[in-house]
Amino acid sequence: MEVTAHDILLIGGGGAGLRAAIAIAEADPRLNLAVVSKVYPMRSHTVSAEGGAAAVIAANDTIDEHAYDTISGSDWLADQDAVEIFVNNVTHEMLRLEHWGCPWSREPDGRIAVRPFGGMKKERTWFAADKTGFHMLHSLFQTSLKYGEIKRYDETFATRLLVDDGVVGGVVAIELATGKIRAIMAKAVILCTGGCGRVFPFTTNANICTGDGMALAFRAGAPLKDMEMVQYHPTGLPQTGILITEATRGEGGWLVNKDGYRYLQDYDLGKPTPTPVFRSMELGPRDRLSQAFVKEMEKGRTLKGPYGDYVHLDLRHLGEKKIDEKLPMVRELCRNYANIDPVHQMIPVRPVVHYMMGGISTDSSGATPLKGLYAAGEAACVSMNGANRLGSNSLGELLVFGARAGTSAAQYASGARRPSDRLLAQAADEERRIEREYLNRNSGRERIAKLREEMQHAMESACGIYRTRQTLEEGAAKLAELKQRFGGITLDDHSRTFNTQLMAALELSGMLEVAESMVHAALWREESRGAHQRTDFPKRDDQKFLAHSIAHRNAEGPPRIESLPVTITRWPPGERVYGR
Amino acid sequence: MADKITLEVARYSPEQDGEPRFDRYEVPLIENWMVLDALNYIKDQLDGTVTFRWSCRMGICGSCGMVVNGHERLTCETLLADYLPGPIRVEPLRHFPVMRDLVVDLSDFMEKLERVKPWIIRQPGAPEPSREFIQTPEQLAEYKQYSLCINCVLCYSACPVYGLDPHFIGPAASALSLRYNLDSRDQGAEQRLDVMAQHDGVWDCTVIGECSVVCPKHVDPSLAIQEYKISATKAWFKNLLMPGGGK
Ligand SMILES: Cc1cc2nc3c(=O)[nH]c(=O)nc-3n(C[C@H](O)[C@H](O)[C@H](O)COP(=O)(O)OP(=O)(O)OC[C@H]3O[C@@H](n4cnc5c(N)ncnc54)[C@H](O)[C@@H]3O)c2cc1C
Ligand code: FES
Repeated sequence: MEVTAHDILLIGGGGAGLRAAIAIAEADPRLNLAVVSKVYPMRSHTVSAEGGAAAVIAANDTIDEHAYDTISGSDWLADQDAVEIFVNNVTHEMLRLEHWGCPWSREPDGRIAVRPFGGMKKERTWFAADKTGFHMLHSLFQTSLKYGEIKRYDETFATRLLVDDGVVGGVVAIELATGKIRAIMAKAVILCTGGCGRVFPFTTNANICTGDGMALAFRAGAPLKDMEMVQYHPTGLPQTGILITEATRGEGGWLVNKDGYRYLQDYDLGKPTPTPVFRSMELGPRDRLSQAFVKEMEKGRTLKGPYGDYVHLDLRHLGEKKIDEKLPMVRELCRNYANIDPVHQMIPVRPVVHYMMGGISTDSSGATPLKGLYAAGEAACVSMNGANRLGSNSLGELLVFGARAGTSAAQYASGARRPSDRLLAQAADEERRIEREYLNRNSGRERIAKLREEMQHAMESACGIYRTRQTLEEGAAKLAELKQRFGGITLDDHSRTFNTQLMAALELSGMLEVAESMVHAALWREESRGAHQRTDFPKRDDQKFLAHSIAHRNAEGPPRIESLPVTITRWPPGERVYGR
Repeated sequence: MADKITLEVARYSPEQDGEPRFDRYEVPLIENWMVLDALNYIKDQLDGTVTFRWSCRMGICGSCGMVVNGHERLTCETLLADYLPGPIRVEPLRHFPVMRDLVVDLSDFMEKLERVKPWIIRQPGAPEPSREFIQTPEQLAEYKQYSLCINCVLCYSACPVYGLDPHFIGPAASALSLRYNLDSRDQGAEQRLDVMAQHDGVWDCTVIGECSVVCPKHVDPSLAIQEYKISATKAWFKNLLMPGGGK
């Protein structure tokens, strides 16, 4: 086995990973660091983000308002110390990105332009037309090339964290091109592996969003936080789940039911007005909008299509000029994937799994309880998003907490010892395991695609927009069965060269665990808060559940859920008020 | 409409050191399905060994470029129905070594991307604003088009010059280089010109513009290369008239 060693290893080359890498290179150029990514960094899922990134810059805006919007948006489940760190640093981070060349859209006088976004009381979302994530990721990647000291393992898939005596010392990873299994040692490892939308059947997320980092951490003994908090975005294209950005509504788009009626007015989200009003109607938070869709469907007022019920997103009144200038990608996506032109036709949309508020539990410096292990980005839960993330807060989070995880890992690594040689035996074990359980196996009859599909459908029924004990228990039983059956998988592909089926199998095995943590955390939380709506416990319960769920893995059976109080600094829990 | 269509997929595995071959698969023809959906159907239902890259399935990550019936395409935005009645031939991109089936080795491109210094270069001592650089919409429009490249490398596959001379820096890297040169925040154009001038490839590039034709994001790398020729010529003349100077 080939063994290499670094001071710090980043797993993930998306927005969070690259920002962390640059922070480390800047903090101490002598540190030897490397980025491991299962796709070329510029292909990471951050590339798909459309709408924008929030940071206070407008003259009439304040940092406290950004904090309040984020906290009330989170239904008071966000840790307020983390939110304060976020709002205090995000503008600086965004300006750095501007200095690194990100092509932000501008006001006529050349200053940064900002647009309204859901749940935000002011215009504070920076955007690069509607390809914000694309431009941020490419700017970060290209800037990272300037730092010769950042070594990369592109198209390399991490399968296991190496841990000795409670201290993380590297990973085992497969180099896709050759199938070579490597031990990559490091004093500190930062997981920036993104979300896990692919646990569900209908998602905006890319194929690579399989929660690998969450599974890596979980298996290594680090807990997962708030995994029950799954965000449904209200506007996905019905057949594919491709996202139609919230910026469409920020620019003035309307959501209408089958009668052309702006139905959100019936769900305590305010009164319809011709132009958008902050924190009202179409600019309400995502959890409330997705829930309103379900209610509207139950009333029989949605439209029926081959890919489920849907409503219409109407942009026609914005006009061709504005659509082409501010939302060109939306037009391109609608034409390519739904065969409609939003300038002349309404867009069919339905709620779609979009984002994981939960993730690897970290403190506000990105450290996990496991020594030497850090996490940032969507893979992590710091937690600033609580029970519902506001649109355009994630891209800023990648920067702020990516950079913080980078600097704290750099500090730690400068004083840490070289990883123990005992880890090499662990790495060799992992190599044998991959060969035995995957590459060299020829028994088994379960097809990966079939198991994956069953898992996805089980998750949709169990852990959808509304949940009950019954659906969750059924989901838990199904997942246990699928884990069992996973032992009997069959692979068609035994090749060492670019074996994507092997990768899919490894991803699935991780997803089954991540899914289990979601279902069990959702069972534990006997209340309704933000994105977690239990029809059997329809009220928020601050007495018992002003707390995070912390899932610990058990060697056998389902995870154990513990509770951790939410950190409240300046904003005591209150009512979430939108549109009034 | 027919309810099935046949794909002929190029297969190659270095371990079985044979010649590349084509395997035929029949897939259901579902409304709005893309070539990528068909490949995924094959992989999931028919043959798990068929190997290709993909991720976003929305035309932005740049992973899924292949040659479809002889033309470079992003397979996630190429409708199956456009090729009725079939069959559809799917091959790996040209001019790159094939690693396996539809997956090509991109190391050369990645190296070229880095070579053009695609980051903001400021002259030593140039002041950094405490807020944002002022950049008007007009200044943004100067380079915006060139910033839209998704690195899908369809243009390298379509480029006859790159096919003959692998040293040619190529369309996407040229466009990226120009993207930074034209950015009002950047001061690194001269450094990049040196890189571009290192190889003659630029001069072999005719105005055929195959690269711009295949670009799925309308970046027009061909125009970028022509602009380079103009600035390189200018610099050359400047040096000729004022040896050692003109910098
Ligand atoms: C369609 C869409 C639009 C969005 N729009 C917005 C928006 O407008 N504003 C906003 O704020 N947020 C938006 N989001 C959310 C936001 O884009 C994501 O939360 C964020 O980009 C995640 O970034 P990341 O760096 O954490 O992970 P990613 O960008 O997903 O990167 C993960 C990285 O980890 C690597 N990786 C994963 N597993 C492994 C493994 N096993 N081994 C090695 N490497 C691995 C991958 O290769 C990749 O490099 C959007 C999300 C979607 C789906
Ligand atoms: S899969 Fe991302 S561009 Fe086609």
